[in-house]
Amino acid sequence: MTDTEKAQVVLRLDGITKRFGPVTANEDVSFALNRGEVIALLGENGAGKTTLMNILFGQYTADEGSVELFSQPLPAGNPRAALDAGVGMVHQHFTLAGNLTVWENIVLGVDALSAASLRPANAKARIRQLSERFHLKVDPDAKVGRLTVGERQRVEILKALYRNAKILILDEPTAVLTPQEADALFATLREAIASGLSVIFISHKLHEVMAISDRVLVLRHGRLVAERATQDTNGEELAALMVGAEVSAPSIAPASPGAPLLSMRDVTTPGAGSAPGLARVSLDLRAGQITGLAGVSGNGQAALSDLISGLISPSSGTLELHGASPQGWSPRSAIANGVARIPEDRHKTGTIADFDLTENAILETYATRFSKRGWLDWVGARAFAQKLIEGYDIRCPGPDIRIRLLSGGNMQKLILGRVLEGAPDIILANQPVRGLDIGAVNYVHEQLAKARDRGAAVLLISEDLDEIMRLSDVIHVISEGRLSPEFARGTMRPEDLGRWMAGEGFEKGMTDAA
Amino acid sequence: MDLIDILLSASFWAAAIRIASPLIFATIGELICERAGVLNLGIEGIMVAGAFAGWIAVWGGLPLWGGVAVALLTGMMLGLVHSVFSVPFGLSQHVVGVGLTLLATSLTFYTYRVVLPEVSSPPKITAFQPYEIPLLSDLPLVGPALFSQTPLTYAAFILAGLTALVLYRTPLGLAVRAAGENPQAVAAQGLSVTAIRMGAVVVGSGFMAIGGAFLTLSAFDSFFFDMVNGRGWICIALVVFGAWKPGKAVLGAILFAAFDALQIRLQQTGIGAVVPYQVFLMMPYILSILALVVMSRRAEIPAALMVPFNKGER
Repeated sequence: MTDTEKAQVVLRLDGITKRFGPVTANEDVSFALNRGEVIALLGENGAGKTTLMNILFGQYTADEGSVELFSQPLPAGNPRAALDAGVGMVHQHFTLAGNLTVWENIVLGVDALSAASLRPANAKARIRQLSERFHLKVDPDAKVGRLTVGERQRVEILKALYRNAKILILDEPTAVLTPQEADALFATLREAIASGLSVIFISHKLHEVMAISDRVLVLRHGRLVAERATQDTNGEELAALMVGAEVSAPSIAPASPGAPLLSMRDVTTPGAGSAPGLARVSLDLRAGQITGLAGVSGNGQAALSDLISGLISPSSGTLELHGASPQGWSPRSAIANGVARIPEDRHKTGTIADFDLTENAILETYATRFSKRGWLDWVGARAFAQKLIEGYDIRCPGPDIRIRLLSGGNMQKLILGRVLEGAPDIILANQPVRGLDIGAVNYVHEQLAKARDRGAAVLLISEDLDEIMRLSDVIHVISEGRLSPEFARGTMRPEDLGRWMAGEGFEKGMTDAA
Repeated sequence: MDLIDILLSASFWAAAIRIASPLIFATIGELICERAGVLNLGIEGIMVAGAFAGWIAVWGGLPLWGGVAVALLTGMMLGLVHSVFSVPFGLSQHVVGVGLTLLATSLTFYTYRVVLPEVSSPPKITAFQPYEIPLLSDLPLVGPALFSQTPLTYAAFILAGLTALVLYRTPLGLAVRAAGENPQAVAAQGLSVTAIRMGAVVVGSGFMAIGGAFLTLSAFDSFFFDMVNGRGWICIALVVFGAWKPGKAVLGAILFAAFDALQIRLQQTGIGAVVPYQVFLMMPYILSILALVVMSRRAEIPAALMVPFNKGER
């Protein structure tokens, strides 16, 4: 290494090892980041990416190894030190206070707590200047709680820039963005990089890694297993490095759709708070077909999924299941009509964290299938749980483990097994793979495709366009409660869907129809 | 009519402001705790302890302001107990708070008996006297109502103003508000959530204790068991009523106090002869509940209120 190259190193990690009890989250990880460089840190969930960055950021203390920032050793376990040295981190779960304004969030912690005033005028002027320079449009006086997810991310990035960050760490930054918003983010990053910022980009989306990074580091089970210059590699190689084996996404055979099992005509539902209801939505879910619903979250997906699972009824329009209007639409009659749900939030509504695996396995059927004369049939329930563990590859010590201790992927496999074991006709899969690693994602997709092949109608709600486009036989886009026309597989590009997601196509669609 | 006469009398408003003063101290204290994310149900006990500590200090020879300082320190110490259990240990804030109220109340009565084993009625002290602010106290109606109060009442209003100033205009206040909304945001900026929350509980508890001391050092001149009489719980409701904002909380305290002053006066009118006095006693509470229902509908609760924060947890 020559002297000039050496001078450009802004960050060096040397032999970082971190253990949580018996689990080794990072083992002997070393790398260096150069000025103006973008490193992509690639790895599955649980590979140790976030832990590594939290060590760098001082939220965890490494058991072994050291961190050097601008050739100075970084004191361990002190977020202040990393911040003061010019490291900014945009966390996967935003660290913003919703009741504060944009500028208040940005200046939080910048001045000493003993300072007499916040000097809002100065702060706002500086924020406006930064947001203009980096095309991060946001109103400094807006309450953060009222911003969209994309805007909140801009606030997070502004927060780092406001502190003159020289190194920016982005943890899964595009997970919550539309394709257009993601493109805008990349444009901003390129601008920042051109002005000398160095970036560590954490992701498991291969095409993004290929698009933005100079160098890719692959983490697997906490170890750095590969390092590639981005121009010398490709998505397939990286995917294989990530999971340690060749991965193949399940191939989805063409569908052979049958009769509609659930149809709605001109259904309107009331909105709930800021979330819109459905506006004259017509939709058919056919047997043997996966219907994908694309859209930015908060555009009526909740209303649609509540409607199908029986939590709300249409205020106008008709809903038919198996060709007949149900009497007294409720969750109970939904289940009786063969509707099964994979809920959006597996922690909040999918499982009960402190119940064990067996209890969670029978949550929906305890009163029917697993009770005898009013007494719970624990023998049958445990046998059922055991069957799910084996049939759906749930990695766990046994049916008595508390569900809290399972990983997200294993939790989701349990929910999937619980749902599919009843051989339902209609499957409502709401964000079924959010936060899962590639292996688990493929598994869930495979199972949904299998259910389709045996004749179930599947509605897949997702914010991930890749997922929608890969799995769905037909696609609808939802925006502000309105539903786009049906698009057949392969007829739309992501940009086209993105425009519909942003609400653009609808005006056009409306006039076309008129 | 009687009612209009009452509402137009300076003595009625003077009473309302006087009754509101201890509520303002304690409500501001509770508000500071809750803004940082800690519900302090120790408030009732802290007020009892503050009432006793301030009074016994003055009885023992300290000047009145010395008594206020002793009450403040007593409250801060009890707040420290609360915050140790509720913040770094992350125990249930309900359990810690109710436990502290029981502990502080009992300890106060115990100490009272230890210090004054033989007395049948508690000794009296010379309490704060009204101080008429020159010029302002000469104004009609507002003069006698607002500007002929005791120094401790003026202190209550000054404290509320200072609290609002600190909360909204300083980096410290910003950090406190953020700690109650999203402690992760505070930690991500390299600040200590634990220190901010503990500090807020300690300081807030000190103010609650002064609220208690107002009763013995300004409103009355002696200490009785049951003299706090649920005022702490009223203050918890007043924080909600004020939507966690100091200005609105002060208005709420005055409103409640006005109802209280009104019911006493209504008892002495013609209606009082017919209606049982218990109905009048209930009035401020019923009206407060109604006001609470109406006012708190759109209030933004600090999102992390009662949520313990553990560093390193996701």
